[in-house]
Amino acid sequence: MVNLKVKIGKMELKNPVMVASGTFGEEYGELIDINSLGAYVAKTITLEPRVGNPAPRIAETASGMLNSIGLENKGFEYFAKEKAPFLKKIRTAVVVSIAGDNASEFKELASRVSRLGYVDAIEVNLSCPNVKHGTRHGLIAQDEIATKDVIKAVKKASSVPVIAKLTPNVTDITKIALAAEDAGSDALLLVNTFFGMAVDIDTGKPRLGNITGGLSGPAIKPMVIKMVWETYKKVRIPVIGCGGIMDHKDAIEFMLCGARAIQVGTANFIYPEAALDIIDGIKRYMSEKKISDVRKLTGAIKL
Amino acid sequence: MKNEKAKIISNKQIAPDFFKMTVASAYLAKTSKPGQFLEVRCSRELDPLLRRPLGIHRILKNGIEMLYEVVGKGTKILSQKRPDETVEILGPLGNGFILNPNRDAILIAGGIGVAPLLALAEKITDSAERTADRKKLTVIIGARSKSHINCESDFNKTGCKTIVCTDDGSKGKKGLVTDVLKGLFPRTQDLGSSTLIYACGPNPMLKAIWAMALEKEIPCQFSFESHMACGVGVCLGCPVKVRKGLIDFEYKMVCKDGPIFNAGEILW
Ligand SMILES: Cc1cc2nc3c(=O)[nH]c(=O)nc-3n(C[C@H](O)[C@H](O)[C@H](O)COP(=O)(O)OP(=O)(O)OC[C@H]3O[C@@H](n4cnc5c(N)ncnc54)[C@H](O)[C@@H]3O)c2cc1C
Ligand SMILES: Cc1cc2nc3c(=O)[nH]c(=O)nc-3n(C[C@H](O)[C@H](O)[C@H](O)COP(=O)(O)O)c2cc1C
Ligand code: FES
Repeated sequence: MVNLKVKIGKMELKNPVMVASGTFGEEYGELIDINSLGAYVAKTITLEPRVGNPAPRIAETASGMLNSIGLENKGFEYFAKEKAPFLKKIRTAVVVSIAGDNASEFKELASRVSRLGYVDAIEVNLSCPNVKHGTRHGLIAQDEIATKDVIKAVKKASSVPVIAKLTPNVTDITKIALAAEDAGSDALLLVNTFFGMAVDIDTGKPRLGNITGGLSGPAIKPMVIKMVWETYKKVRIPVIGCGGIMDHKDAIEFMLCGARAIQVGTANFIYPEAALDIIDGIKRYMSEKKISDVRKLTGAIKL
Repeated sequence: MKNEKAKIISNKQIAPDFFKMTVASAYLAKTSKPGQFLEVRCSRELDPLLRRPLGIHRILKNGIEMLYEVVGKGTKILSQKRPDETVEILGPLGNGFILNPNRDAILIAGGIGVAPLLALAEKITDSAERTADRKKLTVIIGARSKSHINCESDFNKTGCKTIVCTDDGSKGKKGLVTDVLKGLFPRTQDLGSSTLIYACGPNPMLKAIWAMALEKEIPCQFSFESHMACGVGVCLGCPVKVRKGLIDFEYKMVCKDGPIFNAGEILW
């Protein structure tokens, strides 16, 4: 028997394989056993409903995809009412991802989410426009001060562990990681999508209605692994890796470079069994390598 | 829905750019409805990455048939698959057409839009009682040119009236499907309560049909397309603008709320 359990702050996961926000939903319950996941992560919600971006929202690129969903969601009230029956039934960790325009919105949402009672952790989607410090048009997670403000606010309001989800669109992700750690984040999640753009040369038009979007999928994996590795060396809190993970080999690569857990995103669309196959694959790898505890994989890269 | 590795029974080229693939699947045969679609994994490599949405062309006893046009990477790879290989198919997805046995039906296909309409024609003619007051079924197939017209004989076999038109006049009437449709509208008859239009094709075609149908108050069910990632309603990647109240709109998802929509719902 191998041990697959890991802890993210005080949240216990039965295995280190989570699904990524916005890429998984209860619809997949028809195809796989959601309870076998390390954690179910819900799509990002905001206090008020958001309509999202115009079509097209998806463009396939070489070994990846661009999306410009625009945080479409029906808002907290709807979420709390409509998703409760499903989320309460889940027999694995439930993580809810939140976003807002400023620290006080994040705080309000965090407090409401942690009072729901069935949520095991809050994921803070910091890839939101930095409205308050917005003179530079950046994202919250591109600014150390804004990141700190938001994480501090969320920490104050939350009774469950807080995971800061960072953007890769920065010069040095470890600076933002340290800011989030400083502000009390229980874990770091690397990363959200990379800024990207694609154009249809026949029509001369952008392939996304929003013109630009975020790149995910296998194309981004090596860049994210490097970020996980750099961050792992500098922080004490757990790092969760996310970016282009398609199979157990990718997942293990992330773990060897410092990830305590991983999230599966785009792969769910290609084959919804991806996360469960990854769990099986990690188990097989551990037996073959005679590794009894999955925690031993974290940072075990041989240099 | 299920994600199945289905065995390919045949994969035949039926015109320069068009292929017909039959796969074995008792599950899809039993559960599929005309108008629903499938997410097909064309390749197990990382590129092309996403699945491709394809309509259900025909529902057979022990499997289903797909009709597809080779337009890019994914469909090209699909066209090279051989019988006895398997192909991973997620489906059936979305909602099908809603049948109304009390109305005459006009089916309008633009180009590859014939794909889901054959299954519908077969369903309508199968379920209709073969009596004198059996409702009329008319099919209009329009395309660029002769080599883009498919399935005329398949539709004829269902016993419906089939009218073909091409942009360049190389087959059937020269003109657009809307020109043909105009010819079908008698001036006096109250079509709004007796007829139903089903259509699949490019958006400008659907829009033009709707403009004509609206005048006669004929309800329309259209099959919409969108780029897709998940195909099941998870990623919110396939929006279509629908009316909400008098002035507002909201997005619905082509994959989950569609791909069939009532034309009146759409904010054109
Ligand atoms: C509900 C639905 C049913 C469909 N049914 C059929 C059918 O029965 N027969 C058929 O030939 N085609 C059908 N299509 C269109 C078909 O999905 C595209 O032609 C196909 O995805 C093109 O893939 P490709 O790799 O060959 O082209 P590429 O241009 O290389 O594809 C690149 C990307 O764009 C997407 N894409 C390109 N064109 C379309 C399109 N028209 N609609 C949606 N996504 C597109 C692809 O899925 C892929 O992600 C349907 C589309 C939808 C949404
Ligand atoms: C269609 C789509 C929707 C997404 N929605 C969200 C979201 O709502 N919140 C969020 O934090 N990340 C969102 N993401 C980012 C993913 O959670 C993940 O961080 C990213 O896709 C990288 O992982 P991957 O390469 O495994 O997909 C979305 C990604 C995609 C492709
Ligand atoms: S394709 Fe994902 S929601 Fe429609």
